[in-house]
Amino acid sequence: MVKVVANIPVGPGVFLLKCQEPTVANPGQFYMVRTKLGFPLLSRPLSVFHCDGKETHFLCQVLGEGTKMLESLTEGMDVLLEGPYGEGFPLPKGEKKTIGLLGGGMGAAPLLLLAKRLREERPKDQVEIYLGFQRDQDIGDLFQEAGFQVTVQLGGRITESIPYERFDMLYSCGPEAMMKRIHEHTKSLAYPVYVSLEKHMACGVGACLGCTQKTKSGQKRVCKEGPVFLSKEVFYE
Amino acid sequence: MSRLTTRFLGSLLKNPVMTASGTFGYGREYDAYYDPSILGAIISKGLTLHPKEGNPGQRLQETKGGLLNSIGLENPSVAGFLKKEYPEMKAIGTDIGVNLGGNTLAEYIEGAKLLEEAEIAFLELNISCPNVKEGGMAFGVDKKMAALVTKEVKRHTRHKLMVKLSPNVTDIGEMAKVCEAEGADAISLVNTFQGMAVNVNKRKAVFENIYAGLSGPAIKPLALRMVHEVAKAVKIPVVGLGGIMDTEDVLAFLMVGATAVQLGTGHFVNPRLGQEVIEGLLAYCEQEGLHQIEEIRGIV
Repeated sequence: MVKVVANIPVGPGVFLLKCQEPTVANPGQFYMVRTKLGFPLLSRPLSVFHCDGKETHFLCQVLGEGTKMLESLTEGMDVLLEGPYGEGFPLPKGEKKTIGLLGGGMGAAPLLLLAKRLREERPKDQVEIYLGFQRDQDIGDLFQEAGFQVTVQLGGRITESIPYERFDMLYSCGPEAMMKRIHEHTKSLAYPVYVSLEKHMACGVGACLGCTQKTKSGQKRVCKEGPVFLSKEVFYE
Repeated sequence: MSRLTTRFLGSLLKNPVMTASGTFGYGREYDAYYDPSILGAIISKGLTLHPKEGNPGQRLQETKGGLLNSIGLENPSVAGFLKKEYPEMKAIGTDIGVNLGGNTLAEYIEGAKLLEEAEIAFLELNISCPNVKEGGMAFGVDKKMAALVTKEVKRHTRHKLMVKLSPNVTDIGEMAKVCEAEGADAISLVNTFQGMAVNVNKRKAVFENIYAGLSGPAIKPLALRMVHEVAKAVKIPVVGLGGIMDTEDVLAFLMVGATAVQLGTGHFVNPRLGQEVIEGLLAYCEQEGLHQIEEIRGIV
């Protein structure tokens, strides 16, 4: 159990939950998050938006009662975090690369930590960030405050205006339909495209098999072997 | 011997705390939280003769105080389990139960035969899975079918046989008696209650199978009543489960007659639950001056 440092609204139903959690997670990993009340029953899987060895931040949208409870947390209150879980985004290796980061809606959440990690560990890479939202909000500003240039599109399909040819690698997180479209655009290109999936999950540790994903190389647990997969592994049919 | 040591099917369990099939993987998934060897027994995911991919579509839906699941017995088959997960489970260092499911009587028998050489504490016969189209619960809601599968599997196995009952029946005590009469060595109950959920925005059922199985604290009072009834109806040991969330819940199941309990959905909410209830039971014995936890069995 850790304390909430701050809980800041960043758009309609969107909030940034800052917690006193010192563990350093890999970009793309997530925590199971809950309040100390018994309701709702299950924790909510939230990917790490920021972590610095002192605090861990989650960017979250109110979707139901569980996320509503998290939105109501205020500074000094207790929050239960279990994690970090899953395998995050694998970082590139070798020579300098041009890397695309493509987020849709709350799928932007794990991409900020990824951008920061790339900046620290691979400063020579050129990282381009594209975020698409249906409604106006301050998430793009959070990226800019962290020192990143971002291209933000409101409404429509951001996937249709991306210069896919110039990347050596692409990371994406968003609604499944969006990631499918990214796969369609990139499947003839040779570089790796990583997608982070979201599924209903109960345990977060690979025990319940509620979040099973069919992949080209067999059944995988989104919470354990995922949530990040190569797009061609997931969208192969 | 500790105060929690529990005599069960001819062996001595470290304590009466088991994990429910399908909620604890193959015993290693919660390693980061506590050492699974402290558990009384670990029960495998439901295994079938042939591998199963499980159900398509959404598999989980939370309800108020409960969890609906439609996993559909995703498993690597009995043979696959024996090759990979079984040696890992054996290495944990506590009693192992194998949960066996099937679509047909022949599948149950063949599955049991494949497990003959395995060193396990007991077979748990799953005649109560509500999430597979054929078999599964069909065997658990019909007295004749339950009797037949119990008798035939018992005839083909050297292992102790615990039959896991479905709560989706009119007379649970009668079902337990039928299984006892055909040679069951123990009864476990309850599996999930059949339920459903509707996505009103999409105007359709949440699950592709339409119906799913309800677990979690919402079902505890129902499970408790059924365990109470079965414990009075049979002489063989009864293992109780259904919505156990803390030590007090475990004590309630023991008091209504359960020899042991299984933790299921509770681990999803609190990954340290197993360790906490074992410590809680010890503290209870201390506080109440019990020499053995068995002293409270069936006192209600």
